[in-house]
Amino acid sequence: MEYLPEFDLLRPNTVDEALSLRRERPDARFLAGGTDLIVNIRRGIAEPGTVIDLTGIAEIRRIARQDDGGLKIGAAVTLAELLERPELTDEYQALREAAAEVAASSHREVATVGGNLCLDTRCLYYNQSEWWRSANAYCLKHRGEVCHVAPSGKHCFAAFSGDLAPAIMALGGTAEIAGPDGRRTAPLGEIYQDDGAAHLRLADGEMISAVQLPAAGTWQSGYAKARVRAAIDFPLAGTAIALRTDGRALEDIRVALTGTNSCPILIAGTDRLLGEAVGEEMAEQLVAMLPKQIQPMSSTFTPPGYRRKVVANLARSLFQRLIEAP
Amino acid sequence: MAKSILRLTVNGSGREDAVPANMLLVDYLREVAGLTGTKIGCDGGECGACTVLVDGRPRLSCISLAHTCAGRQVETVEGCATDGRLSLVQKGFHEKLGSQCGYCTPGMIMAASGLLRRNPRPSEAEIREALSGNICRCTGYVKIIEAVQAAAEGAP
Ligand SMILES: Cc1cc2nc3c(=O)[nH]c(=O)nc-3n(C[C@H](O)[C@H](O)[C@H](O)COP(=O)(O)OP(=O)(O)OC[C@H]3O[C@@H](n4cnc5c(N)ncnc54)[C@H](O)[C@@H]3O)c2cc1C
Ligand code: FES
Ligand code: FES
Repeated sequence: MEYLPEFDLLRPNTVDEALSLRRERPDARFLAGGTDLIVNIRRGIAEPGTVIDLTGIAEIRRIARQDDGGLKIGAAVTLAELLERPELTDEYQALREAAAEVAASSHREVATVGGNLCLDTRCLYYNQSEWWRSANAYCLKHRGEVCHVAPSGKHCFAAFSGDLAPAIMALGGTAEIAGPDGRRTAPLGEIYQDDGAAHLRLADGEMISAVQLPAAGTWQSGYAKARVRAAIDFPLAGTAIALRTDGRALEDIRVALTGTNSCPILIAGTDRLLGEAVGEEMAEQLVAMLPKQIQPMSSTFTPPGYRRKVVANLARSLFQRLIEAP
Repeated sequence: MAKSILRLTVNGSGREDAVPANMLLVDYLREVAGLTGTKIGCDGGECGACTVLVDGRPRLSCISLAHTCAGRQVETVEGCATDGRLSLVQKGFHEKLGSQCGYCTPGMIMAASGLLRRNPRPSEAEIREALSGNICRCTGYVKIIEAVQAAAEGAP
């Protein structure tokens, strides 16, 4: 048995308490379900001096319908809870389908929404044991000098591999962020940047307290994902689409991807499709927008070219499924 | 490392132990409580061998800190049999040959027990879904599914 490195464990009961503990402890990391953080501590790629457990904070464990018909989901709500509340989440199919495909059912018992959105980026050369990484002179993301995926540069290409973020972005969701300067909200996509070593744009000491989804109205949505083992694995690529039609023409659409870059990507230029008749031709136009906006690298077991193909196929078939839905 | 008192229930009995903050639930169960039925099969969250129940729901004890289970009811494979009689799930694994080398078995039994408590008559798909985080390198899973089905059929 190998014990974890030493750290203090703090268990606040309110968001304000968590934030002030975080302010006092610059070496602290927030802990929710721990299905990412504790794994990373075990492998030596996260080394917090203090761990602040957010799961005892009642105010971020609630799911509530909002007055405008939208939904607010606390950051510490587990994926199992999300899936067990169909009366609230059924109209956000992209979110349900994404949540149902995160890891395996026993992980989802504790895995939270906030932890999923703040999941560390992943790479073949990073998510390995200390022994493995040390034999490989570590990597740019942790303790090393070289990115083994792109050795000539000084940029980390670890892939964002969360399933919920693209779904929430396609649904037009915003993050509610609590920090030393109070609370703010931002469209979810704005909390990310395309840098594998620093993909989160949260300020020091900030945490996600909730996610807000606008009223679903007539939006249809879905999520499709490719993974090595269907039972458990992270996405090699994932596609979320939300769209509205009048039965013939496209009224609005949002498409977001995961697994292809160091952050989830909201596809730009889809407004060119609005007003056009939905159908196979539109699916091809949509698929044609993807290649220039994504950059899969050799950070997974499957080569970048495979993930380019797979993401196009996922987008095509998901789009077809949504427009054929009653 | 500084220890603090952890109070929780393990297999129905209250316990109170001095436990460091960085101790994993699996190490607490194996080393402090002496319950070595729960296994460690991987370096974190990949295999399900360490599955126990916390408040009746499956939990990977190798990626849970012991202190985050304060005040909770933890159940391990040692708590399944009563008065020396196997639980229905254990009996299912025994009779249907759901166990070969046995390393995955405690985790499989706990994940399956958690499922049957929530859903006493699961479909095959529901059984597969509940065991999707539990890896077995021996059986090919067919006998494990049959074991859980037998347990569900044997339930009163
Ligand atoms: C075998 C395996 C398979 C997996 N498969 C998938 C998969 O298919 N798809 C997928 O998306 N994930 C997968 N995961 C990763 C993980 O289980 C999920 O992403 C999960 O939702 C993470 O949530 P958590 O609460 O456990 O996060 P934690 O591990 O508790 O935290 C993750 C990170 O987020 C930070 N954090 C947590 N909450 C907050 C908050 N409120 N504000 C700011 N920061 C916060 C933590 O500091 C940490 O850096 C897998 C994990 C394993 C072990
Ligand atoms: S030992 Fe816990 S999942 Fe493998
Ligand atoms: S019986 Fe050997 S691993 Fe499952």
